[in-house]
Amino acid sequence: MNRTVYLDNNATTMVDPEVLDAMLPFLKDRYGNPSSMHDFGGDVARDVERARMQVAELLGAENDYEIVFTGCGTESDNFAILGTLAYYRDRRHIITSKVEHPAVLNLYRKLEREGYRASYVPVDRDGNLDMEFLKKSFDDDTAIVSIMHANNETGVIFPVEEIGALCRERGVPFHIDGVQAAGKIPIDVGNLRCDLYSISGHKFHAPKGMGVLYIRRGTRIRPLMYGGHQERGRRPGTENVPGIVAMGKAAELAQKNLPAEERVRALRDKLEGGILSRFSNVQLNGAKDARVPNTTNVGFEYIEGEAILLYLSEKGIAASSGSACSSGSLEPSHVLRAMGVPFTAAHGSIRFSLSRFTTMEEVDYTISVLPGIIDRLLEISPFWDSEAKRCRPVTI
Amino acid sequence: MWDYTDKVKDLYKHPQNVGTIENADAVGEVGSIVCGDALTLYLKIEDNIIKDAKFQTFGCGSAIASSSALTKMIIGRTVEEAEKITNRDIVDYLGGLPEQKMHCSVMGREALEKALADWRGEEVASHEDTEGEVICQCFGVTDPLIRKVIRENSLTTVEDVTNYTKAGGACGSCIHKIEDILNEELKKQPVAAGVAAKAEKRPLSNIKRMQLVEETISDVVRPILQKDGGNIELVDIDGKKVMVALRGACANCPVSDVTLKNLVQEKLREFVEDDIEVIEVR
Repeated sequence: MNRTVYLDNNATTMVDPEVLDAMLPFLKDRYGNPSSMHDFGGDVARDVERARMQVAELLGAENDYEIVFTGCGTESDNFAILGTLAYYRDRRHIITSKVEHPAVLNLYRKLEREGYRASYVPVDRDGNLDMEFLKKSFDDDTAIVSIMHANNETGVIFPVEEIGALCRERGVPFHIDGVQAAGKIPIDVGNLRCDLYSISGHKFHAPKGMGVLYIRRGTRIRPLMYGGHQERGRRPGTENVPGIVAMGKAAELAQKNLPAEERVRALRDKLEGGILSRFSNVQLNGAKDARVPNTTNVGFEYIEGEAILLYLSEKGIAASSGSACSSGSLEPSHVLRAMGVPFTAAHGSIRFSLSRFTTMEEVDYTISVLPGIIDRLLEISPFWDSEAKRCRPVTI
Repeated sequence: MWDYTDKVKDLYKHPQNVGTIENADAVGEVGSIVCGDALTLYLKIEDNIIKDAKFQTFGCGSAIASSSALTKMIIGRTVEEAEKITNRDIVDYLGGLPEQKMHCSVMGREALEKALADWRGEEVASHEDTEGEVICQCFGVTDPLIRKVIRENSLTTVEDVTNYTKAGGACGSCIHKIEDILNEELKKQPVAAGVAAKAEKRPLSNIKRMQLVEETISDVVRPILQKDGGNIELVDIDGKKVMVALRGACANCPVSDVTLKNLVQEKLREFVEDDIEVIEVR
């Protein structure tokens, strides 16, 4: 296979050719500033507003002005949380889960250092939230609950609808980090009863550098930055017009292609089944059913994830790992550790994430090259007896 | 993506000497599956010469490459020659390793050390034995290992120690202990003692200051001047005024006052105190 088999779509995705076509005029002739009085700029403003409606459609937002364009998913997460806390200054307690993306988790840790009390909801072995813990975490001082819609490493979907109802009952603002859900599963912010919802364009075939924060009408929030009137003053700064137009188009295409996610699911299931049935030293990380259709996370025991990735890369396959070595930190993924995945498998965890551009041929190719890689690394491993085809007694 | 050298890439793609040796004369095992990397080294030793070496590694690309490099470096060497190999030698053989991957080379050296101890019939040191206090519980890193790596690689910060040994890289509860070890080791090196003392920002006593001035001149300044055929004599110390006389080639050098300010005074300010003044006497 000559081209790259790209199975790392939870990291980033290719720009859909239609999206590229839609944005190109705004990098060439149509460079006007949407705030200008003249038609040259004013016409561009209409394209920005169309993109806003396209995104509103994808999220099920009632009003297009509930959509605020930002620079990335991380900015949207930070805006949602810091903006809410800036309004509710007297509330000093915040809730999230142990398996959030660093965009939320590291912000919470910083807030803790500044004197906030934080509750981190644990997960079980399948990566499902401990809802009883969550219910008990609320108090009169709770300023915000921030929970992801789907986990980036395992693909596990959280019961955000139920959490939305809990927050609504208690009058606590609710933010959903939906970066890994957008374009993969249907989203309806009305049903979810969330006040804030973050997405990132490059996770669903828009270019990098675009995020959106949905802010329900009436939600109390302060901006992160102060400046001009753009985005109704909530996100000042001249609009990234090509990015916004691209995000709109990508949202429209994501909405249109949602039914095709069933095909992605079938490919994912084939890949996953092919791996789980072929190897004796492998396990699935994360609940099997409540998952986004494109993600599978498997843990190979007795071999190390970075080595697997390097060998896969040799064969033209791009994936990612929760191993310690591949991240530059010395501990394996905080998500897998929170799930209680044993070290033997966490170090050898590999995430394959597909997209609507993934083909059957690519999946078959991946299934066909994996045995050579895994067997070779098992042969190198001191914990595996290649002749007996079983693990050696491991001293931990 | 790590910035691995071609040598590292070649050795993890095509590792050599993978496997075990039946009836090996020596075996060295380090690391564990919990830590995320482990290495078992097998040696065949005849007439004091390492005839064959094989390895098995659980770990990332650089761990596989370091292990393979080690076996290639020791085959055909005498035991005495092999004993002298440091983790630095492994890194040099590989053409360098990313800072965060230095521990892979340390693991190689450790396995070799254990294998040779095994061959001599010495008690093979394991993580929890009496070889020394375990400083980092997460990765089972002992006090003597940390000290050795600090000395051999001239490490000066806790981050360095973590990159080279992994100690302190997980829960972080042992970082204060690593700091203590680092300070102790730095104090053993005369010049570094000044750095440590300076870092503590304690005012120096006269005796301490004189001692540091003498050490800095003899260990740092003089070797530099001697390279150019010059020399320096410490004449007197009065508070923070240091009287020196330049000798040899420096005595007649037209830019000797530049040397005095830019080198002698600069070094004394770096290693002793910020406001040392150097005065030339003839």
